[in-house]
Amino acid sequence: MIDSAPFIPAFPLVGFLLLTFFGKRLGQPKAGWLGSGAVGLSFLATLVVHLGLLSHISEAGNRQHTVHLFDWLSVAGINADAALLVDPLSVTMALFVTGVSMLIHIYSVGYMKDDPRFHQFFAYMNLFVFSMLVLVMADNFVLLFLGWEGVGACSYLLVGFWFERKSAATAAKKAFIVNRIGDVGLLLGMFLLYNAVGTFTFFVDGGAGALQQSEAIAGSTLTAIALLLFVGAVGKSAQLPLFVWLPDAMEGPTPVSALIHAATMVTAGVYLMVRAAPLLDASSTALMTVAVVGALSALFAATVACAQNDIKRVLAYSTMSQLGYMFLAVGVGAYSVGIFHMVTHAFFKALLFMSAGVVIHALADQQDLKKMGSLRRYLPYTYACVIIGGLAISGIPPLSGFWSKDEVLLSAWDENKALWAVGIVTVFLTAYYMSRLVFLAFEGRERWRTASGDNASVGTKAKEEPVADHHGGGDPHESPRVMLIPMFVLAFLSVVAGVLNLPGSSALRNFLEPVLGGLGHHPELATSLEVTLALVSVAVAIAGIAAAWLIGRKSAPWPQSLEPRLLARAWFIDPLYSLIFEKPGAVLARWSAFAIDDRVIDGVVNGSARLVGATGSGLRRLQSGYVRSYALSIAGGTAVILLWVLVRSFS
Amino acid sequence: MSLGPTPYLVLAAALFSIGAIGVLVRRNVLVMFMCVELMLNAVNLTFVTFARRLDDIAGQTLVFFVLVVAAAEVVVGLGIIVSIFRHRTSATADDLRILKG
Repeated sequence: MIDSAPFIPAFPLVGFLLLTFFGKRLGQPKAGWLGSGAVGLSFLATLVVHLGLLSHISEAGNRQHTVHLFDWLSVAGINADAALLVDPLSVTMALFVTGVSMLIHIYSVGYMKDDPRFHQFFAYMNLFVFSMLVLVMADNFVLLFLGWEGVGACSYLLVGFWFERKSAATAAKKAFIVNRIGDVGLLLGMFLLYNAVGTFTFFVDGGAGALQQSEAIAGSTLTAIALLLFVGAVGKSAQLPLFVWLPDAMEGPTPVSALIHAATMVTAGVYLMVRAAPLLDASSTALMTVAVVGALSALFAATVACAQNDIKRVLAYSTMSQLGYMFLAVGVGAYSVGIFHMVTHAFFKALLFMSAGVVIHALADQQDLKKMGSLRRYLPYTYACVIIGGLAISGIPPLSGFWSKDEVLLSAWDENKALWAVGIVTVFLTAYYMSRLVFLAFEGRERWRTASGDNASVGTKAKEEPVADHHGGGDPHESPRVMLIPMFVLAFLSVVAGVLNLPGSSALRNFLEPVLGGLGHHPELATSLEVTLALVSVAVAIAGIAAAWLIGRKSAPWPQSLEPRLLARAWFIDPLYSLIFEKPGAVLARWSAFAIDDRVIDGVVNGSARLVGATGSGLRRLQSGYVRSYALSIAGGTAVILLWVLVRSFS
Repeated sequence: MSLGPTPYLVLAAALFSIGAIGVLVRRNVLVMFMCVELMLNAVNLTFVTFARRLDDIAGQTLVFFVLVVAAAEVVVGLGIIVSIFRHRTSATADDLRILKG
């Protein structure tokens, strides 16, 4: 059954090809169903492989299988094959990537309805899922990098899907470029690792794989490798300081935000860290860096999320914050906890983004929280979904977020109390900003009625434009079932996903045991302390909700003093980057456009043309047409040759 | 009794020089043409002289080739000159610079 692993990435690839070549002919909504079906089949294939892996439990304790597809790169001693690594970690990743992606594809069938490039959207989405699956199932760094870049490219295509809007095109470019900075780190880390161990393959029978020889690498080199890989992860997972692309990437269609910037792509960084755990684990410096960057990103993003007005930006910063938790878990050596939080987060963050999509649709593309309000009455199902997602992300038991976040915090406590403190402050902020979002969007006055001069105009525009005719005018109403049902599934999963790794059973941890083996550490705290810490975090979360509740009740929509410009502008990091990198870059570019391009490059090109021209017009004078002058030059030439011969024969 | 090669070579050099100067200074195409012939025959004379002196038949053989080529040249050259005279009243070499294109 494990041999069917190639089908997992194959289905989305076939889906992509079919949609590219025949998508337009299929039309709506068939193209969407084709895309969803491809991912659905891929999900089924993953289930089959998963079952196969489970049934292999007895075999030698080694649940790693390599499914070799074909020899890919074989140059100068470098061997990187197209081979899939099937082990508990990759299958866990593949399961939730395909599962969540399938739901998002189905949701998109409703969300992207009447978009002129409907089929193209699904083609890109399928390509994205394919790349992501290559990334998580690759058995060597080179193939992983292929998936890594594929994911980045698809992110570019999808963020800029509505490229007619300048902001979307800019955001797409930004996402791509910032990711590239991280990619440089990943590449350098790969090269350094290859230099040290001489192979790109993760695991080789007999212990000669790239991830199996951490004790053979010098300590400082190992730290450098781990940190460089982490730079790649920071770029992809939008951590400090390379997070700037994620909020802007919200320019993409909402399902893209759900798929890429919450559930799958940004988790690639965490996956890379967990995959490279054998290397990380041997370097305490690297681990500490990961933990600190994660904790700071979590706190930073949470503070920024408290002051955002765009519903999707709140969620984007929230994603960054939750990813910070995952890195925190990895950094303190609790790798399986990081994966656990990644899975639960994928469920509730996808749910929240989908709900945001419904809200945005219902209000005719209104994303400003300040122009929402009282939607509870019109969107009851969505309201329920947001409440579930919000409680889950805030860490209220017994929802899934509680279990995973609590484990992150426990592991942090065991390692370093300061990290725990940062985590617990973030818990408060998380509960606060999620409640703020709920209050602004779903409670209070119906601000969209008064605030929407633009809403009315959209209503009239709807007459001409079929795109908007189902949300223009009238009261906001729920989206079609094709969008709601995936949300219900995710809501259900957000509630129950905690059972994956309950404290008593630790099912996920045991499942991942063969991969992570004796790596990292698992806190062995006294039960009473664990309960106390859990109670503290729940109390803090409730305090966050209560604070938001009190503020939201009193002053609508929200007091300005609690949304300082510092936070609303994300600590002015973007302007800072613009000042440090963009402005000097622009000056340099303008200078070299003038000095290098105009003068040097054009100078060489034009100069050589001018030289040839001048030589030609000079030589043209020789052709006078006078026979005597030709004859004279012949005679002169002969005389010179004779003279030369004479001189030579005498000297 | 033999004169030795020197008088022949001097004569040949003189003929060649006259021919060369004629080509350079005269404008009349027909005269220039005759000067070219003069140069050719000066060379022929040199060939023959040295063939005799060195007792080598190759020089004399070459003279035959030169004569053949000169005859062919005369045919073509005179043909061109005649056709030029058909179109214009006079034919100086300088008038023909319009052919330079």
